[in-house]
Amino acid sequence: MAIARRELIGSMAAAGVASTLPITYARAQAKPKIRIGVLNDMSGPYRDITGMGSVACTQQALQDFGASNKGIEVEVIFGDHQNKPDVGAAIARQWYDQGVDMIVDVPTSSVALAVSAVARQKDKVFMDSGAGTSDLTGKLCNPNTVHVTYDTWMLAHATGAAMVKAGGITWFFITADYAFGHALQRDTSNFVIQAGGKVLGSVNTPFPGTTDFSSYLLQAQASGAKVIGLCNAGTDTINCIKQAHEFGVTKTARIAGLLVFISDIHALGLQIAQGLVLSGTFYWNLNPRTRAFSERVAPKMPGVRPGMAQAGCYAATLHYLKTVAAMGVVEAKRSGAETVARMKAMPMDDDVFGPGSIRADGRAVHPAYLFEVKKPEESKEPWDYYNVLAEIPANEAFRPINEGSCPLVHA
Amino acid sequence: MTMEATTQVGIGLPSAKPVLFGYTSTQAIALAILVALVVLSPTVLYPVFLMKVLCFAMFASAFNLLIGYVGLLSFGHAAFFGMGSYVTAWTAKYWGLSAEVAILLGGLTGAALGAVFGWLAIRRSGIYFAMITLALAQMVYFFCVEAPFTGGEDGIQQVPRAKLFGVISLAPDMSIYWLVAGLFLFFFLFVHRVVHSPFGQVLKAIRENTARATSLGYRPDDYKLIAFILSTFISGIAGGTKALVFGIATLTDVHWSMSGEVVLMTLLGGLGTIFGPVMGALIVTAMENYLAQFGAWVTVTQGAVFVICVLTFRRGVIGELGAKLKLAL
Repeated sequence: MAIARRELIGSMAAAGVASTLPITYARAQAKPKIRIGVLNDMSGPYRDITGMGSVACTQQALQDFGASNKGIEVEVIFGDHQNKPDVGAAIARQWYDQGVDMIVDVPTSSVALAVSAVARQKDKVFMDSGAGTSDLTGKLCNPNTVHVTYDTWMLAHATGAAMVKAGGITWFFITADYAFGHALQRDTSNFVIQAGGKVLGSVNTPFPGTTDFSSYLLQAQASGAKVIGLCNAGTDTINCIKQAHEFGVTKTARIAGLLVFISDIHALGLQIAQGLVLSGTFYWNLNPRTRAFSERVAPKMPGVRPGMAQAGCYAATLHYLKTVAAMGVVEAKRSGAETVARMKAMPMDDDVFGPGSIRADGRAVHPAYLFEVKKPEESKEPWDYYNVLAEIPANEAFRPINEGSCPLVHA
Repeated sequence: MTMEATTQVGIGLPSAKPVLFGYTSTQAIALAILVALVVLSPTVLYPVFLMKVLCFAMFASAFNLLIGYVGLLSFGHAAFFGMGSYVTAWTAKYWGLSAEVAILLGGLTGAALGAVFGWLAIRRSGIYFAMITLALAQMVYFFCVEAPFTGGEDGIQQVPRAKLFGVISLAPDMSIYWLVAGLFLFFFLFVHRVVHSPFGQVLKAIRENTARATSLGYRPDDYKLIAFILSTFISGIAGGTKALVFGIATLTDVHWSMSGEVVLMTLLGGLGTIFGPVMGALIVTAMENYLAQFGAWVTVTQGAVFVICVLTFRRGVIGELGAKLKLAL
């Protein structure tokens, strides 16, 4: 009786082991897949500076990394957040819930901040390239977020300080009325004042939806400021520069585009845009490495050259994939915060930004440049638009890590 | 045209005997199916999406109470929905209130705003009523753009999913789903109860013939105002619930396009039908959700659907179905 019972228990245990074995085996067979979501503006004012171009650059990163050769299965999906934080947060939540490991791009600061919070909550990875707010690696930083390409501090620092040095000592700001615009204005004002300049005034324009900037431009002109700082982006900036040209505002004041992308210059034409001073971290015709990258991605983006936000998606994705390969897919999928910690420990190096690194606050640091838009006669080929005025080394280009009041830095 | 449609729906439906809680036997069966769907669907579909549908279903039901049963087309309901959303988000985030209190405050904000707007707007009817509500709602929108507490374009972000009664955690999607489902069913039944109460009968009388209702001794303005406040209260609740679900309250919720969306939901589902707004909310939210990757095409599709609805099935999905089956749904 006792033996029979022992046998029974033994056979039950054996059956249990036997029945669990095929399952673990099956799980090991079904290879976990890395899913990357490109979330940006596909239909609104930022579709040209991010949009499908960012998707193309992300896919280029997969190709250059050789994910399939390394036995890592990667899938890229994309979505349109319509520049609305609630839409962006809802898509991010759904993607993360349904197995997306990393979201990249996300222009529009308000949306980026919302997505960053969702990434933290779900412990996934968020690599922002398209948004400008320096709060993302400042007081609202979190261990799941990495910010590449640019931020308002870097733009304000590069453009603001340089313009004051060139004699533009009085400023007036035309500011898009949302987080990004305000952050940009705040940061630029600080540099202008630090460099000995003066801010005469500013005006907020409703965002999105403003197309007629004439009254704001005339108000700026009436202030007598030598420099009109445009704290906006995308079609807003294009409209401002065009209308400033049409109203002759450019005769009395210089326009400083605080966030101008190469697609904006392309839309404006060199005739209108010439002489504009702007800053950025990537220009396709900057050096042999950036040219090589641009040639590789060209078939995916017919007729256009990648802008810095799009190229930033390449750099971010490539670094993420390198980290995933180093950690192993299963481990990388388990915790977003740990993956980001590993990314911070590994040096960055890619054709877009060159060598760089990610700081403790999530800020990716690499050199920045001050560009001037070429005159029409200087341009030798399509998209040959910029002269490099100055290079700002990586350690000076971004806000010093202890000034951002990011809680991660003190921890 | 809208008024006509309303009248058509109201007349010519067989008035079956209510068996349960003011429901006819077919409506009771439909209700049972609805409850079953609400309970079972989260096992199949993404719960956050379903919660969005339920919030909008609440909102559309509240709107339907006005247009379907009082004949008042408000084009400013986003104001009540959005302000409810902001107040719930604010109180949950900064005052640390529990979920039910925050949502209730959202509803009360909607009702308070509704009392003021309604008091002004019900003096006029038809297109004038719609325009007054739209104008007042636009004022609310610009207030929200400028007021510091709304966070402007950022909205109120990182709203915690406050604990229910201060003890039950709503952080897992399924826990908050039951709260949203409970609220939805409660207010769904509530709207139905209001419509089928003596009060509701007077509302319908006012809709059909205001002069006659007046001559019978009713004061139409009082009845209209009460209906308006009830509707705005539920709108505020719906907005507040949505804010807790998504952890964010933004300008989208107060924008006039939200007012347009709720009109679309109600029309598409079936004006003056009890199940119509729920169906409409499901269709519109599903379109937005599953067409999101096509960007601008969402609005184009919505427009096309609206045109098709107006041209071919003016009584809405549920309205047409009810007419085919000769049932009041």
